[in-house]
Amino acid sequence: MIDTMAIRMQRFLRRILTRPRIDLPLAAALFLLAGVGLVTLYSASDSSMAMVGGQAARFVLGAALLLLISRIPPSMLRNWTPWLYLASTAFLVVVAVLGEGRGANRWLNLGVMRFQPSELLKLTMPMMVAWYLHPRQLPPSWKDSAVVGLLIAIPVALIAKQPDLGTALLVAAAGAFALFLSGMAWWRIGLIVAAVGGMIPVAWHFLHQYQRDRVLTLLNPESDPLGNGWHIIQSQIAVGSGGMFGKGFQQSTQSRLDFLPEHTTDFIFAVFSEEFGLVGVIALIVLYAFIIGRCLWIAMEARDTYSRLLAGALGMSFFVYVFVNGGMVAGMLPVVGVPMPMISYGGTSAVSLLVGFGVLMSIHANRKMHE
Amino acid sequence: MKLRRSFKDTRGESALFQRRAVAGFLLILLSFGLLVARFHFLQVTHHDEFALRSTNNSVKPRAIPPARGLIYDRNGVLLADNVPAFRLEVIPEKVPNMQAMLSELGTVVPLGQDDIDAFKKQLAQSRRFDSVPLKLHLTEDEIDRFAVNRWRFPSVAVVPYLTRHYPLGPLFAHVIGYVSRIDADDMDRLDADDYKGTSHVGRTGLERYYEDVLHGKPGYELVEVNADGQTQRVLKTIPPTPGQNLYLSIDVRMQKAAVAAFEGRPGAAVAIDPRNGQVLAMVSVPSFDPNLFVNGIGQADYNALTYAPDKPLFDRALKGAYPPGSTVKPFLALGGLEYGVRRPQDTVLSTGEFCLPGQKRCYRDDDRGGNGTVNMVRAIELSTNTYFYKLALDLGIDRLSAWMSQFSFGSKTGIDLTGEGEGVLPSREWKAKHISKQGWFPGETVITGIGQGYWAVTPLQLGHAVATLAGHGTPYLPRLVMATRASGEARPQMLPNPPSGPSLIQKPSDWNVINEGMRAVITGGTGKGINDGFPFLIAGKSGTAERFSRTSDAYDTNKSTAHLAARHRAWFEAYTPADDPKIAAAALLEAGAWGAKDAGPIVRKIFDSWAATQVNPTPSDTPLPYESLPAPAGSVPVEDQPVEDRSVEAQPAESSSSGDGP
Repeated sequence: MIDTMAIRMQRFLRRILTRPRIDLPLAAALFLLAGVGLVTLYSASDSSMAMVGGQAARFVLGAALLLLISRIPPSMLRNWTPWLYLASTAFLVVVAVLGEGRGANRWLNLGVMRFQPSELLKLTMPMMVAWYLHPRQLPPSWKDSAVVGLLIAIPVALIAKQPDLGTALLVAAAGAFALFLSGMAWWRIGLIVAAVGGMIPVAWHFLHQYQRDRVLTLLNPESDPLGNGWHIIQSQIAVGSGGMFGKGFQQSTQSRLDFLPEHTTDFIFAVFSEEFGLVGVIALIVLYAFIIGRCLWIAMEARDTYSRLLAGALGMSFFVYVFVNGGMVAGMLPVVGVPMPMISYGGTSAVSLLVGFGVLMSIHANRKMHE
Repeated sequence: MKLRRSFKDTRGESALFQRRAVAGFLLILLSFGLLVARFHFLQVTHHDEFALRSTNNSVKPRAIPPARGLIYDRNGVLLADNVPAFRLEVIPEKVPNMQAMLSELGTVVPLGQDDIDAFKKQLAQSRRFDSVPLKLHLTEDEIDRFAVNRWRFPSVAVVPYLTRHYPLGPLFAHVIGYVSRIDADDMDRLDADDYKGTSHVGRTGLERYYEDVLHGKPGYELVEVNADGQTQRVLKTIPPTPGQNLYLSIDVRMQKAAVAAFEGRPGAAVAIDPRNGQVLAMVSVPSFDPNLFVNGIGQADYNALTYAPDKPLFDRALKGAYPPGSTVKPFLALGGLEYGVRRPQDTVLSTGEFCLPGQKRCYRDDDRGGNGTVNMVRAIELSTNTYFYKLALDLGIDRLSAWMSQFSFGSKTGIDLTGEGEGVLPSREWKAKHISKQGWFPGETVITGIGQGYWAVTPLQLGHAVATLAGHGTPYLPRLVMATRASGEARPQMLPNPPSGPSLIQKPSDWNVINEGMRAVITGGTGKGINDGFPFLIAGKSGTAERFSRTSDAYDTNKSTAHLAARHRAWFEAYTPADDPKIAAAALLEAGAWGAKDAGPIVRKIFDSWAATQVNPTPSDTPLPYESLPAPAGSVPVEDQPVEDRSVEAQPAESSSSGDGP
């Protein structure tokens, strides 16, 4: 019994290693991105090999999970979807009741390790929306759209309440992109956008004071010289002083002299911009755009509705990371805790991103057969 | 619907999806274009401006930690102070070889292994340009020796800071607690912005409970730094807001008298004003010097405290749970009256033995042959077990525990300290949860009636209960801090402490019966002599609880005090004046032969010290001598006078200020 299990396991591992079912262009782009991330981190962390090593270990773990998940056929993922969604939402409820964290309840302590259940929703949310829309007539009816809206709203509200606005935004976007890709009529999308816009004054009322302060600080950074205003000012100085070609690798004075806070995590892109200039920024954004484009390509080739919507939504939510973090670093958007994917140090986000790409690889492996 | 679904147009859907994916990708490219435009704006259009700001970027905000609020007793005697001290700090970035530097520095300023361990731990968590404290609280000699050798250590600096000092040392160690260095776990729960530049945080006692009040808010200064990060000049300063000062309701003189009364024997005592819940004294003996913990206690000192057989670190008043013995009898009697189970005149015949029908083993009175026929007052006076066995049975365990729980037996009293013990109030639910599901036996009700069995009570709980009783049943949350004063406020602000509920006593005449019984304890019962020479009438009740359950029914013939003390816990609870109670107290001796004889005098000594303060009475609601208030928080006292002198000095000011009080 154990022998056969061991043999099966061995075969499975050999298959993963010798015949990986991956999309080479996407894998190559991710590999390149991870390299850029480690190089930038080396500079931003003041040559801390401990941090670079830790990050590399996360990438290795993420890559292993990617390979593993790429072997799971999308049909199986689809069957699990409602349970995964329910479980991750249940975790959120548990965290809301007895979570722990620095000022915010977002962690769940499992004794051995702590994890952030909201991180799971980044994956299970688009899965759930895709699962719900999969058997239905598309474009979705008002009723189906409303159900999807509810599926999105419940976990997002729980995450926003933690409070973790950045992750709430990412999760909401992932769900909304699936709905968008399902072909919801443009005028309906326009209506919803208008309605959400109209809700902003109401939402403002529900924001925590510190969240309002972040938005207000964006308009007048000098008002908060010890906190976020300082971040915004110093980040813009770092970006702006980088110029067209940058100050060069490891030449970021803003980070080196400790003017730029959080320069290995949320604001690492400012260090990148300072050292590699506009040329570097454009190159990195092109790389990101290539990855997103490739994801959408995989989505278009996918076999069924579920795979299509899931792959598309995952690719498009990748964009939200880049845009929100880049906008924050450039002083365009308020300071919310969204990392620059694969570049920012730490967190579980690098691992969960690679798990998402594992799903994409699986969808790619099970694509439509042409000709 | 089903029909429509079966005609799901997969080919059309696929095409629709492709259009959407392309549209989505175009929107993404557009957004990226926007982002690049913004970076172009910063990096090309305004590059010169930002490049200039970058090279001139030399202004950094630096947090100024707030001075921690001071703590005073009710008369303004300083109990927790901030004193200037110096520490060695190291900037890791400037040290080429840390090990070599440390061993070289060790020859100039002695460095303990504890200092080095703490330093290395913090070093691992810090950034390379943050200076890390190496040795706190340098002596004059150490500062001098370092100053001479300073040129050898460019990476090390002597930095002034404010450290906590507890002038009265062990006297308030359990009440006030202490602050200690912030560690990695603290950083997880504290707001990093509010603790920038702060090295210490309240660890135990009031220092911890009132951390938010005591801490204050940091300010900052904008300093110009050169390329090496060294400060050139200060451009602008926003001063910090110091923490608020606390005023305890405890009177130092009573606290001292209470500790002295124990003569070093392990135990605890709590005195509470029944009119408002103010704690007047709260001691746990033995105690320890909290100053040892402030700047990191050495391993040897710590082991000595931890492994000492009499456990000085353990707060017996707050956390120690002991069987209450006969001290619960007045409360039980009151419950009997309130539930209508007993009338004051109802009598019970005490023969020395009380047997449940159908049970072989019987329950005994303390005196062989019993007390004869006793009514309620007499039963309290003589502590007649049989009376209370029967009363407990007639009340039943459910009513008994429901009644007793109202006095906070078996639950936290809600005092302003963390880590309070709950003790045990016997009940069906408690037994089912903690002991067994076998159900409750009548025999267990019987022994519950005399404070034995599962019962466990903390000295604070008993003090609180007797204060509630003395205050005619009106419950107050016990409070150690009576007032706070923010910097800039002329007077301390009283913290309101309204009754936590309606009176527990429905019929006022019931109270008179219990009062009469507890008076009789002092005039003719176990507490005889306790009132001698005291200006007010005292009412009280003793309790002698067995530490171990009996193994035989034989009467103990060994009457040697030492032998009994090894077997007994001695309790005494009392209040005074009996006609208008103003103070209630409970005292416990961990090893006392008899409640009244051993714990009684402790309560009496607390009352004596209280009576001495009543010669020059201060109104209980505004007793603070404003004129003698010390300098504002953050300032430093010039001298370190013995505090006795200060409290004596406070006296005249106290009386002169009582004129402008309400």
